Amino acid sequence: MKLLELLGYYNYWVFAVVLTVGLYAVIRKRNLIKKLIGLSIFQSAVFLLYITMDKVEGGTAPIIQKGVPDQVFSNPLPQVLILTAIVVGVSTLALGLAMVVRIKESYGTIEEHEILGAD
Amino acid sequence: MLSAPLIVLLQPRGLAWAGATAAGLASFAIAIALAMAVLDGQTQVYAMGGWAAPYGIALEVDAFSALVLLLVTGAGAAALLAARVSVDRQIEPERQPLFYAAWLLGLAGLAGIVVSADAFNIFVFMEISSLASYILIAGGPDRRALPAVFKYLIMGTIGATFYLIGVGLIYMMTGTLNLADMQARIGDVVALNPILVAAGFITIGLALKAAVFPLHVWLPNAYTHAPHMVTVFLAACATKVALYVLIRFDSMVFQDRLSDHEFQFTLFALPLAVLGILVASSVAMFEGHLKRLLATSSVAQIGYILLGASFVSEAGITASAMHMFNHALAKGGLFLAVACLAFHFRDLRLSELGGAARRMPLTCAALVVCGLSLIGVPGTAGFISKWLLITAALESGLWGWSLVAVILVSSLMAVVYIWRIVEALYFQQASAEGDTSFAEAPLQLLLVTWAVALLNIFFGLFPHLPLALANGSAALLVGGAP
Repeated sequence: MKLLELLGYYNYWVFAVVLTVGLYAVIRKRNLIKKLIGLSIFQSAVFLLYITMDKVEGGTAPIIQKGVPDQVFSNPLPQVLILTAIVVGVSTLALGLAMVVRIKESYGTIEEHEILGAD
Repeated sequence: MLSAPLIVLLQPRGLAWAGATAAGLASFAIAIALAMAVLDGQTQVYAMGGWAAPYGIALEVDAFSALVLLLVTGAGAAALLAARVSVDRQIEPERQPLFYAAWLLGLAGLAGIVVSADAFNIFVFMEISSLASYILIAGGPDRRALPAVFKYLIMGTIGATFYLIGVGLIYMMTGTLNLADMQARIGDVVALNPILVAAGFITIGLALKAAVFPLHVWLPNAYTHAPHMVTVFLAACATKVALYVLIRFDSMVFQDRLSDHEFQFTLFALPLAVLGILVASSVAMFEGHLKRLLATSSVAQIGYILLGASFVSEAGITASAMHMFNHALAKGGLFLAVACLAFHFRDLRLSELGGAARRMPLTCAALVVCGLSLIGVPGTAGFISKWLLITAALESGLWGWSLVAVILVSSLMAVVYIWRIVEALYFQQASAEGDTSFAEAPLQLLLVTWAVALLNIFFGLFPHLPLALANGSAALLVGGAP
């Protein structure tokens, strides 16, 4: 019974696992691009958290139509929020990649330890 | 106030600077007007798009935000006023309009965080200001800025994402994003575990942004290699704003709502603050590069602000808010003076700065005034906040005396590292090249530097204005709010 209860929260388990994988990549990887990929995974986990919490069992899109009786619908607000957060994530990633390009231009490498050794 | 960045895409660089400065000054004027209104009594609320508070996104200015807003816009305007000559030397002409545009975006983001009363809105503004500041720091000619920015970007994004997770969990349990509404509804929540987890995520995330002691590693490098004017601006306000959100979130939403939360917060923040003060001060004592020395000392100063907040008393928050204001004045002035020095000293290591006082007497004098304020000598602004901090520490009971000891020891350490700067500037032999001619920094820069230095003394002698706002914010956050 207890186990089933835990498994019932499987969407949150996915969130936690993806989050940890991303964070691990950010900390452990030496290559700057790989770090950014990790960061991206890390952020995606949070998007999943927001999306999973707004889902109402059996809910549909929150659109009012004439002639259709009111229905159970999912909460649209977190989706709107996470849309904003995705935009933020994309721009952060773009800026990060731009930095990597400039680092490559001026140091000739994108391995963290080689950069630290260079100065 | 939050508009205007796009104007700066104007092409000629003189025009770009003028536009940016005008926008900066205008927002400073608005901040002063808002602060005056708040001093008269009432909280200013603006509902964006005409939607009322719990549903729409509200902007709200009370005493605490007015104080921080003054600080942010003031630092932004002062740095912009002084920026032109220094930026001309460090940024290529064709990139300058973009540089100023990023600057204004950063300013707008920071101001937005301060006035926003909506948890998610704070996140968005936080990212706007962070992205802008990454660009600003990387804008300089120093290639070492790039890895520093990359580290800052990684850590800043992790911090912001942690904050986002926390906000998400709270939204899950309360169904609201408005801070005041959150405060009201969190009492009804039955299952407190998610809220506790959220408190943890939010605290850690914001501590990362604020460069609280063990999470500060991004700060010294980023500040050291940034263009000088950017350092002035960011050192004066960027981390303070994150601390502001931390204090506000914590005392508005969590305290009184979670059992033992005050105790937990103190237990978390107090050791970090003390360690931060002591470790960063001692690192600063042995630091050889002028800018890095000052940046490291910033970490210690953030420790002071956190220390005040960790008392969770009215006196503590007052001291914290005052120290935010005063430290911004002192550190802003110091970095301005550094920017002046950079005009004639390519290498800012202390060992290379010999004879500076003879060549640039006015700059060095301003630097000394701000340094005294940083130490907390009576008569300067720094003294007021350290005094308040010590009073608050004594009030906090059992541990009070040992904390006072910590503050005194670290002040002595500050004496040591400021003295090392003074020694280098005034008494060290000039290096062999032998150019000892009188060569002050450009007038525009020098005037602003001195204005800030004099403000340090002014607010040391007449601290009524920031003190009134700080008292107001403490009453609001700890005492008055139901």
